[in-house]
Amino acid sequence: MKPGIAVFLMMLILPYAALAQEEKWSGADAMAEQKIVEITGGEYKPWFSPIWEPPSGEIETFLFSLQAAIGAVVIGYFVGYFKGIKEGMRRAEAR
Amino acid sequence: MHIAEGFLPSPWWYLWFIFTVPVLAYGLTKMRALVDRSPDIKVLLALAGAFTFVLSALKMPSVTGSCSHPTGTGLAVVLFGPAITSVLASIVLLFQALLLAHGGLTTWGANVASMGIIGPIVGYAVWKLTSKMSTRIRVFLAAAVADLATYVVTSVQLALAFPAKEGGVIKSFEIFASIFAITQVPLAITEGILTVIVFRYILELKRDVLVELGLLKESAAGGAHV
Repeated sequence: MKPGIAVFLMMLILPYAALAQEEKWSGADAMAEQKIVEITGGEYKPWFSPIWEPPSGEIETFLFSLQAAIGAVVIGYFVGYFKGIKEGMRRAEAR
Repeated sequence: MHIAEGFLPSPWWYLWFIFTVPVLAYGLTKMRALVDRSPDIKVLLALAGAFTFVLSALKMPSVTGSCSHPTGTGLAVVLFGPAITSVLASIVLLFQALLLAHGGLTTWGANVASMGIIGPIVGYAVWKLTSKMSTRIRVFLAAAVADLATYVVTSVQLALAFPAKEGGVIKSFEIFASIFAITQVPLAITEGILTVIVFRYILELKRDVLVELGLLKESAAGGAHV
Protein backbone atom coordinates (compact mmCIF):
# COMPACT_ATOMS: atom_id res chain seq x y z
CA MET A 1 0.00 0.00 0.00
CA LYS A 2 3.04 2.26 -0.07
CA PRO A 3 2.04 4.15 -3.25
CA GLY A 4 -1.37 4.78 -1.69
CA ILE A 5 0.17 6.32 1.40
CA ALA A 6 2.47 8.43 -0.77
CA VAL A 7 -0.46 9.79 -2.77
CA PHE A 8 -2.36 10.45 0.46
CA LEU A 9 0.49 12.51 1.88
CA MET A 10 0.83 14.34 -1.41
CA MET A 11 -2.83 15.32 -1.29
CA LEU A 12 -2.21 16.85 2.13
CA ILE A 13 0.98 18.68 1.26
CA LEU A 14 0.16 19.69 -2.30
CA PRO A 15 -2.34 22.41 -1.37
CA TYR A 16 0.29 24.43 0.51
CA ALA A 17 2.89 24.02 -2.18
CA ALA A 18 0.59 24.71 -5.11
CA LEU A 19 -1.06 27.80 -3.78
CA ALA A 20 0.72 31.08 -4.05
CA GLN A 21 -2.50 33.05 -4.24
CA GLU A 22 -4.23 34.46 -1.21
CA GLU A 23 -6.74 32.00 0.06
CA LYS A 24 -8.05 31.86 3.53
CA TRP A 25 -8.38 28.11 3.98
CA SER A 26 -11.86 28.71 5.26
CA GLY A 27 -14.34 25.89 5.66
CA ALA A 28 -16.60 25.04 2.74
CA ASP A 29 -19.54 24.75 5.14
CA ALA A 30 -19.06 28.34 6.27
CA MET A 31 -18.77 29.48 2.65
CA ALA A 32 -22.16 27.90 1.93
CA GLU A 33 -23.63 29.83 4.85
CA GLN A 34 -22.33 33.07 3.36
CA LYS A 35 -23.97 32.18 0.06
CA ILE A 36 -27.30 31.68 1.83
CA VAL A 37 -27.01 35.19 3.20
CA GLU A 38 -26.18 36.48 -0.30
CA ILE A 39 -28.99 34.63 -2.06
CA THR A 40 -31.63 35.78 0.38
CA GLY A 41 -30.25 39.32 0.33
CA GLY A 42 -29.25 39.10 3.97
CA GLU A 43 -32.83 38.42 4.99
CA TYR A 44 -32.37 34.93 6.31
CA LYS A 45 -31.73 34.63 10.00
CA PRO A 46 -31.06 31.18 11.45
CA TRP A 47 -34.14 30.37 13.51
CA PHE A 48 -32.35 28.20 16.01
CA SER A 49 -28.91 28.46 17.53
CA PRO A 50 -26.71 25.73 18.93
CA ILE A 51 -27.54 24.82 22.52
CA TRP A 52 -23.87 24.88 23.37
CA GLU A 53 -20.90 26.16 21.45
CA PRO A 54 -17.23 25.59 22.17
CA PRO A 55 -16.20 28.77 24.01
CA SER A 56 -13.18 29.37 21.79
CA GLY A 57 -11.48 28.19 18.60
CA GLU A 58 -8.88 26.39 20.70
CA ILE A 59 -11.49 24.39 22.54
CA GLU A 60 -13.24 23.58 19.29
CA THR A 61 -9.96 22.31 17.86
CA PHE A 62 -9.41 20.30 21.03
CA LEU A 63 -12.82 18.65 20.70
CA PHE A 64 -12.26 17.85 17.03
CA SER A 65 -8.89 16.28 17.88
CA LEU A 66 -10.55 14.35 20.66
CA GLN A 67 -13.11 12.99 18.21
CA ALA A 68 -10.36 11.87 15.84
CA ALA A 69 -8.30 10.44 18.71
CA ILE A 70 -11.17 8.37 20.09
CA GLY A 71 -11.80 6.92 16.65
CA ALA A 72 -8.12 6.24 16.05
CA VAL A 73 -7.79 4.42 19.39
CA VAL A 74 -10.68 2.14 18.49
CA ILE A 75 -9.25 1.39 15.03
CA GLY A 76 -5.74 0.80 16.41
CA TYR A 77 -7.03 -1.43 19.19
CA PHE A 78 -8.97 -3.71 16.89
CA VAL A 79 -6.33 -3.90 14.18
CA GLY A 80 -3.88 -4.93 16.93
CA TYR A 81 -6.42 -7.38 18.30
CA PHE A 82 -6.90 -8.99 14.88
CA LYS A 83 -3.15 -9.13 14.40
CA GLY A 84 -2.74 -10.76 17.80
CA ILE A 85 -5.29 -13.44 16.99
CA LYS A 86 -3.59 -14.18 13.71
CA GLU A 87 -0.15 -14.34 15.28
CA GLY A 88 -1.48 -16.58 18.07
CA MET A 89 -2.94 -18.98 15.53
CA ARG A 90 0.31 -19.03 13.58
CA ARG A 91 2.29 -19.92 16.69
CA ALA A 92 -0.18 -22.58 17.73
CA GLU A 93 0.14 -24.18 14.31
CA ALA A 94 3.92 -24.00 14.39
CA ARG A 95 4.03 -25.94 17.62
CA MET B 1 -21.77 19.09 4.23
CA HIS B 2 -22.86 20.09 7.68
CA ILE B 3 -25.76 22.45 7.30
CA ALA B 4 -25.45 24.68 10.34
CA GLU B 5 -27.97 24.88 13.15
CA GLY B 6 -31.09 26.80 12.19
CA PHE B 7 -30.02 27.15 8.56
CA LEU B 8 -32.92 25.19 7.09
CA PRO B 9 -36.27 26.96 7.23
CA SER B 10 -39.63 25.24 7.58
CA PRO B 11 -40.77 22.99 6.02
CA TRP B 12 -37.40 21.66 4.88
CA TRP B 13 -35.92 20.79 8.23
CA TYR B 14 -38.80 18.55 9.27
CA LEU B 15 -39.31 17.09 5.80
CA TRP B 16 -35.75 15.74 6.04
CA PHE B 17 -36.53 14.36 9.48
CA ILE B 18 -39.54 12.54 8.03
CA PHE B 19 -37.27 11.12 5.35
CA THR B 20 -34.49 10.13 7.74
CA VAL B 21 -36.20 8.62 10.77
CA PRO B 22 -37.76 5.55 9.09
CA VAL B 23 -34.43 4.72 7.42
CA LEU B 24 -32.68 4.91 10.78
CA ALA B 25 -35.30 2.64 12.34
CA TYR B 26 -34.77 0.13 9.55
CA GLY B 27 -31.00 0.45 9.92
CA LEU B 28 -31.22 -0.20 13.66
CA THR B 29 -33.18 -3.43 13.22
CA LYS B 30 -30.69 -4.56 10.58
CA MET B 31 -27.82 -3.68 12.84
CA ARG B 32 -29.30 -5.61 15.74
CA ALA B 33 -29.74 -8.70 13.59
CA LEU B 34 -26.16 -8.42 12.37
CA VAL B 35 -24.65 -7.98 15.83
CA ASP B 36 -26.45 -11.11 17.01
CA ARG B 37 -24.74 -13.14 14.31
CA SER B 38 -21.20 -13.11 15.61
CA PRO B 39 -18.93 -11.15 17.95
CA ASP B 40 -16.45 -10.66 15.11
CA ILE B 41 -19.04 -8.69 13.17
CA LYS B 42 -19.63 -6.53 16.22
CA VAL B 43 -15.92 -5.70 16.24
CA LEU B 44 -16.00 -4.83 12.55
CA LEU B 45 -19.00 -2.59 13.16
CA ALA B 46 -17.05 -0.73 15.85
CA LEU B 47 -14.17 -0.40 13.42
CA ALA B 48 -16.36 1.06 10.66
CA GLY B 49 -18.00 3.44 13.14
CA ALA B 50 -14.61 4.58 14.42
CA PHE B 51 -13.43 5.17 10.85
CA THR B 52 -16.37 7.50 10.22
CA PHE B 53 -15.63 9.18 13.54
CA VAL B 54 -12.01 9.89 12.63
CA LEU B 55 -12.52 10.99 9.04
CA SER B 56 -15.44 13.31 9.69
CA ALA B 57 -13.36 15.04 12.39
CA LEU B 58 -10.62 15.91 9.95
CA LYS B 59 -11.12 19.22 8.25
CA MET B 60 -8.55 18.93 5.55
CA PRO B 61 -7.09 21.57 3.30
CA SER B 62 -7.95 21.03 -0.32
CA VAL B 63 -6.01 22.13 -3.40
CA THR B 64 -8.52 24.92 -3.92
CA GLY B 65 -7.61 26.88 -0.82
CA SER B 66 -10.58 25.96 1.27
CA CYS B 67 -11.08 23.27 3.87
CA SER B 68 -13.65 20.56 4.12
CA HIS B 69 -13.87 17.11 5.57
CA PRO B 70 -14.32 13.61 4.26
CA THR B 71 -17.36 11.66 5.38
CA GLY B 72 -15.72 8.36 6.25
CA THR B 73 -18.82 6.39 5.36
CA GLY B 74 -17.22 4.37 2.56
CA LEU B 75 -15.91 1.57 4.75
CA ALA B 76 -19.26 0.99 6.44
CA VAL B 77 -21.05 1.13 3.08
CA VAL B 78 -18.87 -1.57 1.59
CA LEU B 79 -18.99 -3.78 4.69
CA PHE B 80 -22.58 -3.38 5.81
CA GLY B 81 -24.59 -1.46 3.21
CA PRO B 82 -26.32 1.93 3.45
CA ALA B 83 -28.97 1.13 6.10
CA ILE B 84 -26.44 0.38 8.83
CA THR B 85 -24.17 3.18 7.62
CA SER B 86 -27.01 5.61 8.26
CA VAL B 87 -27.07 4.63 11.93
CA LEU B 88 -23.31 5.10 12.31
CA ALA B 89 -23.42 8.47 10.55
CA SER B 90 -26.35 9.64 12.65
CA ILE B 91 -24.37 9.01 15.84
CA VAL B 92 -21.37 10.95 14.55
CA LEU B 93 -23.57 13.85 13.44
CA LEU B 94 -25.36 13.97 16.79
CA PHE B 95 -22.01 14.08 18.59
CA GLN B 96 -20.83 16.93 16.36
CA ALA B 97 -24.08 18.87 16.71
CA LEU B 98 -24.07 18.67 20.50
CA LEU B 99 -20.39 18.97 21.38
CA LEU B 100 -18.87 20.88 18.48
CA ALA B 101 -21.75 23.10 17.34
CA HIS B 102 -20.94 21.62 13.94
CA GLY B 103 -24.09 20.83 12.02
CA GLY B 104 -27.13 21.11 14.24
CA LEU B 105 -30.09 19.45 15.89
CA THR B 106 -32.66 21.09 13.62
CA THR B 107 -30.60 20.21 10.54
CA TRP B 108 -29.68 16.74 11.83
CA GLY B 109 -32.36 15.12 9.67
CA ALA B 110 -31.02 16.75 6.51
CA ASN B 111 -27.39 16.03 7.39
CA VAL B 112 -28.09 12.37 8.13
CA ALA B 113 -29.98 12.19 4.83
CA SER B 114 -26.96 13.43 2.86
CA MET B 115 -24.02 11.87 4.72
CA GLY B 116 -25.74 8.80 6.14
CA ILE B 117 -28.32 7.78 3.57
CA ILE B 118 -28.24 9.13 0.02
CA GLY B 119 -24.45 9.46 -0.29
CA PRO B 120 -23.98 5.89 0.97
CA ILE B 121 -26.74 4.56 -1.30
CA VAL B 122 -24.97 6.03 -4.33
CA GLY B 123 -21.64 4.65 -3.10
CA TYR B 124 -23.23 1.26 -2.57
CA ALA B 125 -24.67 1.31 -6.09
CA VAL B 126 -21.15 1.91 -7.41
CA TRP B 127 -19.85 -0.97 -5.28
CA LYS B 128 -22.53 -3.27 -6.72
CA LEU B 129 -22.13 -2.13 -10.32
CA THR B 130 -18.36 -2.58 -10.40
CA SER B 131 -18.37 -6.21 -9.26
CA LYS B 132 -16.10 -7.22 -12.12
CA MET B 133 -13.27 -4.92 -11.07
CA SER B 134 -10.63 -5.61 -8.44
CA THR B 135 -11.77 -5.17 -4.85
CA ARG B 136 -9.24 -2.41 -4.27
CA ILE B 137 -10.64 -0.27 -7.06
CA ARG B 138 -14.22 -1.00 -6.02
CA VAL B 139 -13.58 0.11 -2.45
CA PHE B 140 -11.85 3.26 -3.69
CA LEU B 141 -14.69 4.15 -6.05
CA ALA B 142 -17.45 3.38 -3.56
CA ALA B 143 -15.84 5.57 -0.89
CA ALA B 144 -14.98 8.45 -3.20
CA VAL B 145 -18.40 8.48 -4.86
CA ALA B 146 -20.24 8.24 -1.52
CA ASP B 147 -18.28 11.31 -0.41
CA LEU B 148 -19.03 13.30 -3.56
CA ALA B 149 -22.69 12.28 -3.65
CA THR B 150 -23.06 13.47 -0.06
CA TYR B 151 -21.99 16.95 -1.08
CA VAL B 152 -24.24 16.93 -4.15
CA VAL B 153 -27.16 16.14 -1.84
CA THR B 154 -26.20 18.96 0.51
CA SER B 155 -26.17 21.32 -2.46
CA VAL B 156 -29.64 20.13 -3.49
CA GLN B 157 -30.93 20.53 0.05
CA LEU B 158 -29.65 24.09 0.26
CA ALA B 159 -30.88 24.93 -3.24
CA LEU B 160 -34.39 23.68 -2.46
CA ALA B 161 -34.54 25.72 0.71
CA PHE B 162 -32.94 28.81 -0.79
CA PRO B 163 -33.87 29.23 -4.46
CA ALA B 164 -32.17 32.19 -6.08
CA LYS B 165 -34.40 35.17 -6.85
CA GLU B 166 -33.39 34.85 -10.47
CA GLY B 167 -32.91 31.36 -11.82
CA GLY B 168 -34.54 29.61 -8.87
CA VAL B 169 -33.47 26.26 -7.52
CA ILE B 170 -31.23 25.40 -10.48
CA LYS B 171 -29.20 28.58 -10.19
CA SER B 172 -28.94 28.10 -6.45
CA PHE B 173 -27.77 24.54 -6.91
CA GLU B 174 -25.01 25.76 -9.21
CA ILE B 175 -23.88 28.23 -6.58
CA PHE B 176 -23.74 25.72 -3.74
CA ALA B 177 -22.39 22.87 -5.82
CA SER B 178 -19.56 25.02 -7.14
CA ILE B 179 -18.43 25.75 -3.58
CA PHE B 180 -18.41 22.12 -2.57
CA ALA B 181 -17.35 20.51 -5.83
CA ILE B 182 -13.97 22.19 -6.14
CA THR B 183 -13.12 21.57 -2.51
CA GLN B 184 -14.44 18.08 -2.40
CA VAL B 185 -13.02 16.31 -5.45
CA PRO B 186 -9.45 16.12 -4.07
CA LEU B 187 -10.79 15.15 -0.66
CA ALA B 188 -12.93 12.38 -2.14
CA ILE B 189 -9.79 10.93 -3.73
CA THR B 190 -7.98 11.13 -0.39
CA GLU B 191 -10.90 9.48 1.33
CA GLY B 192 -10.98 6.69 -1.24
CA ILE B 193 -7.29 5.94 -0.66
CA LEU B 194 -7.65 5.94 3.13
CA THR B 195 -10.61 3.60 2.92
CA VAL B 196 -8.64 1.18 0.74
CA ILE B 197 -5.76 1.21 3.25
CA VAL B 198 -8.03 0.26 6.15
CA PHE B 199 -9.99 -2.23 4.05
CA ARG B 200 -6.78 -4.02 3.14
CA TYR B 201 -5.89 -4.37 6.83
CA ILE B 202 -9.21 -6.06 7.43
CA LEU B 203 -8.74 -8.25 4.39
CA GLU B 204 -5.30 -9.30 5.49
CA LEU B 205 -6.12 -9.97 9.12
CA LYS B 206 -9.73 -10.98 9.21
CA ARG B 207 -10.85 -12.30 5.87
CA ASP B 208 -13.12 -14.89 7.53
CA VAL B 209 -15.44 -12.08 8.65
CA LEU B 210 -15.58 -10.75 5.12
CA VAL B 211 -16.54 -14.22 3.92
CA GLU B 212 -19.20 -14.33 6.64
CA LEU B 213 -20.59 -11.01 5.45
CA GLY B 214 -20.76 -12.39 1.94
CA LEU B 215 -18.20 -9.96 0.54
CA LEU B 216 -15.71 -12.64 -0.43
CA LYS B 217 -16.12 -16.15 -1.65
CA GLU B 218 -14.81 -18.92 0.55
CA SER B 219 -11.31 -19.84 -0.46
CA ALA B 220 -9.09 -21.67 1.98
CA ALA B 221 -5.94 -20.74 0.12
CA GLY B 222 -6.86 -17.08 0.19
CA GLY B 223 -6.89 -17.16 -3.58
CA ALA B 224 -9.21 -14.25 -4.26
CA HIS B 225 -6.91 -11.64 -5.68
CA VAL B 226 -7.30 -8.10 -4.47
